[in-house]
Amino acid sequence: MSNKSDKLVLGGHEFNSRFILGSGKYNLNLIKAAVEQGGAEIITLALRRANTSPKENILDYIPKGVTLLPNTSGARNAKEAVRIARLSREMGCGDFVKVEIMHDSKYLLPDNYETVKCIEILAKEGFVVLPYMYPDLNAARDMQNAGAAAIMPLASPIGSNRGLATKDFIQILIDEIDLPIIVDAGIGKPSQACEAMEMGAAAIMANTAIATAGDVPAMAGAFRQAIEAGRTAYLTGMGRVLTRGGSASDPLTGFLR
Amino acid sequence: MVTINGTAVDAAGKTVSEYLQEAGYEVSRVAVERNLSIIPRVQFDSTILADGDSIEVVSFVGGG
Repeated sequence: MSNKSDKLVLGGHEFNSRFILGSGKYNLNLIKAAVEQGGAEIITLALRRANTSPKENILDYIPKGVTLLPNTSGARNAKEAVRIARLSREMGCGDFVKVEIMHDSKYLLPDNYETVKCIEILAKEGFVVLPYMYPDLNAARDMQNAGAAAIMPLASPIGSNRGLATKDFIQILIDEIDLPIIVDAGIGKPSQACEAMEMGAAAIMANTAIATAGDVPAMAGAFRQAIEAGRTAYLTGMGRVLTRGGSASDPLTGFLR
Repeated sequence: MVTINGTAVDAAGKTVSEYLQEAGYEVSRVAVERNLSIIPRVQFDSTILADGDSIEVVSFVGGG
């Protein structure tokens, strides 16, 4: 498969990039360069009470043509997430929403049950719903049945940069759920993004890994390369692994004696 | 009084557009909710704030 025809499809929308970039915790002036170097076509946002006399608005810093993916952060249950999603859509920036529902501030783990309830409502209202979730197969099936456009399992706790702690369970989702699996939260390094893509993830969402890097746009570029490498490796078909012993890479004949 | 983003404000009788402009909001970059119902942008000019209303004015910020 050539990379040109290899699209990420979310709710009928096609994307060439498989890197979803977060916009939190770094200077707005770096967003454009991070989007460009990362090749990102989707960027996440949050909704909060507005300031009077705002000095700047994040929408002015996001390049045209980039799809906005507002999240429902701050929501503690389905009802609050639905409210935030509807307000976000009222901003007039499209129908995408990343549902995230949590009520624990120590681990920031998502509530899969409330998330399913929220998806049922939002999908019927025409949202392209991307749920952030704890990688559980039964919950992922419920989310698919509720109308999710993709599933976004966490790799490790939000903002931790600890990588693929839930690797085996994300693999189960990739193998069993017929929706794009977008690994979200906890991916801390390009190598981890690459590994998730090699496993067959459809895309990677990262924010803190980029935001806390020494050079934000350059790290976005490193993620782009890692994600592309992992995707190509996945599509190519990984070489086999020997459980025991070795296998020579050189001819076994014609030795000098 | 009208409660706007958690603060009591003397805004009863004003339209949503009037209040937002006077308060200094960037009107094109906010969404507004009154008593948990969204006020569509096209109704900002015609919607009058009333005593006891609870209003949320929200906008996008950076996030993951």
